[in-house]
Amino acid sequence: MKIDLSNTRKIIRQYSEKKGLLIPLLQEIQATYGYVPKESVELIAKELSIFPVEIYGILTFYAQFYLTPRGKHTIKVCQGTACHVMGGKEILDYLSNKLGISEGETTKDGVFSLERVACLGCCGMAPVVVIDNNFYGRCTIQKVDALIEKYYSEEGK
Amino acid sequence: MKFKILICMGTSGISAGAEEVAKAFETELKRKNLMDKCKIVRVGDRGLFRDPLVDIITPELGRVTYEYTKPEDVPQIVEEHLLQGKPVERLRAGKDYEQFFSGQMRIVLSNCGEIDPEDIDDYIAHGGYDALKKVLFSAPEKVIDEIEKSGLRGRGGAGFPTGLKWRFCKEAKGDVKYVVCNADEGDPGAFMDRSILEGDPHSVLEGMIIAGYAIGATKGFIYCRAEYPLAVKRLNIAISQAREKGLLGDNILNGSFSFDITIVQGAGAFVCGEETALLASIEGRRGTPRPRPPFPAQKGLWGKPTLINNVETFANIRHIIVKGAEWFSSIGTEKSKGTKVFALAGKVKNTGLVEVPMGTTIRELIYGPGGGMKKKRVKLKGVQIGGPSGGCLPESLLDIPIDYESINQTGAIMGSGGMIVMDEKTCMVDIAKFFLNFTVAESCGKCLPCRIGLKRMLEVLEEITEGRGKEEHISFLQEMGNTVKATALCGLGNTAPNPVLTTLKYFPDEYEAHIRDKICPSHVCTELVKFEVVEEKCVKCGLCYKACPTGAIEWKKKEYPRINKEKCIKCKACIGACDYGAIQ
Ligand SMILES: Cc1cc2nc3c(=O)[nH]c(=O)nc-3n(C[C@H](O)[C@H](O)[C@H](O)COP(=O)(O)O)c2cc1C
Repeated sequence: MKIDLSNTRKIIRQYSEKKGLLIPLLQEIQATYGYVPKESVELIAKELSIFPVEIYGILTFYAQFYLTPRGKHTIKVCQGTACHVMGGKEILDYLSNKLGISEGETTKDGVFSLERVACLGCCGMAPVVVIDNNFYGRCTIQKVDALIEKYYSEEGK
Repeated sequence: MKFKILICMGTSGISAGAEEVAKAFETELKRKNLMDKCKIVRVGDRGLFRDPLVDIITPELGRVTYEYTKPEDVPQIVEEHLLQGKPVERLRAGKDYEQFFSGQMRIVLSNCGEIDPEDIDDYIAHGGYDALKKVLFSAPEKVIDEIEKSGLRGRGGAGFPTGLKWRFCKEAKGDVKYVVCNADEGDPGAFMDRSILEGDPHSVLEGMIIAGYAIGATKGFIYCRAEYPLAVKRLNIAISQAREKGLLGDNILNGSFSFDITIVQGAGAFVCGEETALLASIEGRRGTPRPRPPFPAQKGLWGKPTLINNVETFANIRHIIVKGAEWFSSIGTEKSKGTKVFALAGKVKNTGLVEVPMGTTIRELIYGPGGGMKKKRVKLKGVQIGGPSGGCLPESLLDIPIDYESINQTGAIMGSGGMIVMDEKTCMVDIAKFFLNFTVAESCGKCLPCRIGLKRMLEVLEEITEGRGKEEHISFLQEMGNTVKATALCGLGNTAPNPVLTTLKYFPDEYEAHIRDKICPSHVCTELVKFEVVEEKCVKCGLCYKACPTGAIEWKKKEYPRINKEKCIKCKACIGACDYGAIQ
């Protein structure tokens, strides 16, 4: 796939003046492309006169950055303490089993990416699952099962 | 006077549908021509998860609270309550709601759920920025004296005296100084900082501006967790409103003091909550900690003296300035002053944010505002406090007072204030493993004890929970735990063994059951569960049958269920559903 780098150029121009802003720059790249493409990293390195490895050092350190494209919908299963005690691990295991992917991966059809998050701060509604930006509280295996089916049927699958 | 309708709209409220309820009120008020008589105020979350929560305030009836409000309830509330003056009894918040709030002392949270966080005038109407106005007329030295006298200690975990930290920063040499607010709140199980930022952002800004004035800084940063988009949005609004009013920026309130604040968003790394890692992250680098000294108060952001305090710490400042150090230090215990906000969750009836005076016992907290166990029949086994740096305390220690020293003595720490109530269905070995999984994943890898020591401990816990435990594992965990604690570079490693060490100390029989008898008494560790129905315990209720997602459980009314092992995927939904521990 060919990556359109004009947006990368635009973002680099916005940030190149200010110091210490490599992380916000990368956050904006990710917001634009959905992930941080290799081509963008190379361009940033060239334009800012730094080594690509410095950028990768940051990208791989912070959990928020992705180096590969994401699925259409991102499922985040909260693994905070309250969710763990209320059965969040079982829900993550179930989803991983159902979708046939491990956390951090995307289904072959590109519909779902599965992720764990450390805590969403909604401990009173534990266990919590977030699909895109919709929060689902007090989840059970049956409830998430129905949710996934709903998303699949909306995709026509 | 106008009728006021308060609707709680933090992350929790919004996800429960509070915006739809607010829209329904708008439509209904328009339909009934009541728009001029009523004011809808979108407030922050109040800390109790019974959303959507709606308060109606009228001159005749005062304040009436509705819980679990749905858009379809709105026409009835408008018709009966607002027009006829008769509250809708079936929707009113009941005894639990009252119990939750009556046991609390709300200082830091006093505005949360009461004011519109996106409206600076509402904050000002509630005494906002009074403290700043007062401070600008006194010497910076006096401000620091006041904070020192109050006895306030940092709420970010370690409990360092705030006034002393401010003094170090003021006395540090440097032309440029910075104030940083630590809003990284990465502790899984704590969400008070988020609620304060979402519900009362100006209180944090005010605390930071006062700190800037006291130490002689002109620039502040708020390092906010990436997972908190609503908090960031409301902070941005608050900052621009404060600038418009001349409370932030050049020549604050036309005086000689200037101070401005920038928000920096984290990118998902727990260790960035540690102060030196946080500074590295703001500077745009990998967030790895460095040895202290030099402390950030001496050499912080870009080598300049930097004051770092937690969100809740800053939110306390304005109350101390307005009401005085003496008032503040009259609350709490000898060495721990004021209140602390706890995030109460787990198997307790009322979950949410609870603010109580220091010195309250854990039992008072759980059985007061918490309302006791969610299911009366179920026994409390233990309480986890302080998150991944904290520990698990048994029932017998519930009567210790909550203050920094008493909690440290148990082997746990106050931490940020997460408090998770656990019952017989929680396996303590599994909980220890859960926290180590977290700290191993979040360890930055810079120092050896944390990078390798924790990993070895996790591997041993995996052996134990998977049925391959050996006697000598217990002494190994103890020795390695104490070594990592003593030798790791930063607070992450220094405290990460605590969950393991405290469960070993208070729940040794659970480790023994896993190791010697190869059973998990709570039926949590999958490899040790047989997935069989114990007929002596079963009441034939069929809840397991209904919970099973794969149809592996065969059951008919008045008969014992049977689990078909071919279809069973060991998801444990049945164990979660059974109240009688009948599946083992
Ligand atoms: C691994 C680790 C994570 C931390 N996370 C946070 C955090 O999320 N929020 C916070 O305020 N302090 C956190 N701290 C404590 C900070 O290093 C620092 O002590 C605190 O921000 C100082 O503020 P205070 O004096 O107001 O408590 C963390 C410390 C460690 C070692």
